[in-house]
Amino acid sequence: MSGPGQTPEAPGDTTGESSSASAVPDHAEAPRGVAGLLDVLRPRATWGQLAGGLLCLVLGFAVVAQVQSTKRDTTFATARQDELVGILSDLGQRSERLRGDLRDLEETKAGLQQDAEGEAALKEARERATAYGLLAGTLPAEGPGIELLIGDPKGGVRASHLLDALQELRDAGAEVIQINEVRAGVDTYFLDERGGVLVNGRLLRPPYRFLAIGDPHTMTTALGIPGGVAKTLEGAGATVSITPRARIAVRAVRSP
Amino acid sequence: MIALIGLAIGLALGLLLEPTVPLWLQPYLPIAIVAALDALVGGGRARLEGIFDEKVFVVSFVGNAVIAALIVFLGDQLGVGSQLSTGVVVVLGIRIFSNAAAIRRKLFGA
Repeated sequence: MSGPGQTPEAPGDTTGESSSASAVPDHAEAPRGVAGLLDVLRPRATWGQLAGGLLCLVLGFAVVAQVQSTKRDTTFATARQDELVGILSDLGQRSERLRGDLRDLEETKAGLQQDAEGEAALKEARERATAYGLLAGTLPAEGPGIELLIGDPKGGVRASHLLDALQELRDAGAEVIQINEVRAGVDTYFLDERGGVLVNGRLLRPPYRFLAIGDPHTMTTALGIPGGVAKTLEGAGATVSITPRARIAVRAVRSP
Repeated sequence: MIALIGLAIGLALGLLLEPTVPLWLQPYLPIAIVAALDALVGGGRARLEGIFDEKVFVVSFVGNAVIAALIVFLGDQLGVGSQLSTGVVVVLGIRIFSNAAAIRRKLFGA
């Protein structure tokens, strides 16, 4: 196995590393230590050595090329097909997950926007509060309606008549009703009193003037039906005049 | 010595020329390099043990590199390229370590 460039003391040492460890004399002959290293490094200009050197040159070149190409593109260019498939699958899953996150965030955003439309809900609530305030009688109101004037020259108008008139107006869709200077509410009551009618604790004297906001035509018709409020009042000796108005202002309010 | 000089020249050339590894060679070059390193370390061990032969070195160097690349190529064709290249690297790594251990014993007696 001895090459042309081998040192003179080496030819006998063809044993492996294990046998040289057991055979002390052979072991002593083999170059070792710094001297051995220097012996190995001593240049021997043979064709075999040159070929080895050339191969090492190629190796060094290839190492540098590979290292630099690995540095240049660490991920995809050097990856094999199955690795690429794995990377693609990973990216697909990640994209799916991110898409899910995006959906969640979009939902949150929509929810927040709806919360911002809570502005609209607030507006609606204010409108409803206004409507309820009108119905409860705590707010002044304006709108189309009728004016019902009941004159009582003979003193025949009783509280029940006024109550009937109020109920008739309510049935006809009157939203806001004022009787003289009293705002009618859900608990409005009428009591017969000398010289007039007690409404919500206030004595009203004739003529009684109803201001009702609602559909004028419906209320006029409701009051004027045969045998209705108007007829009953006229039967009691009262004068009834119904005047539809495009704009009726109800100023009287009830304390909440 | 000539081998070391050649290695140094190769490294210098690579750094100077900044070569690009061709695409068809990219999967196989790292494995071939590891195989060549194994052959290099084995050659160094044989040299220290006095059984070095240039012909054996050259043949084993080229042969190892080519066979390693071929195994990886075959693995790629069979669909087990990454596993097989891992196996080749493991085997070559073990060989490099055992050779390095032998060199260490020869040089330092430990």
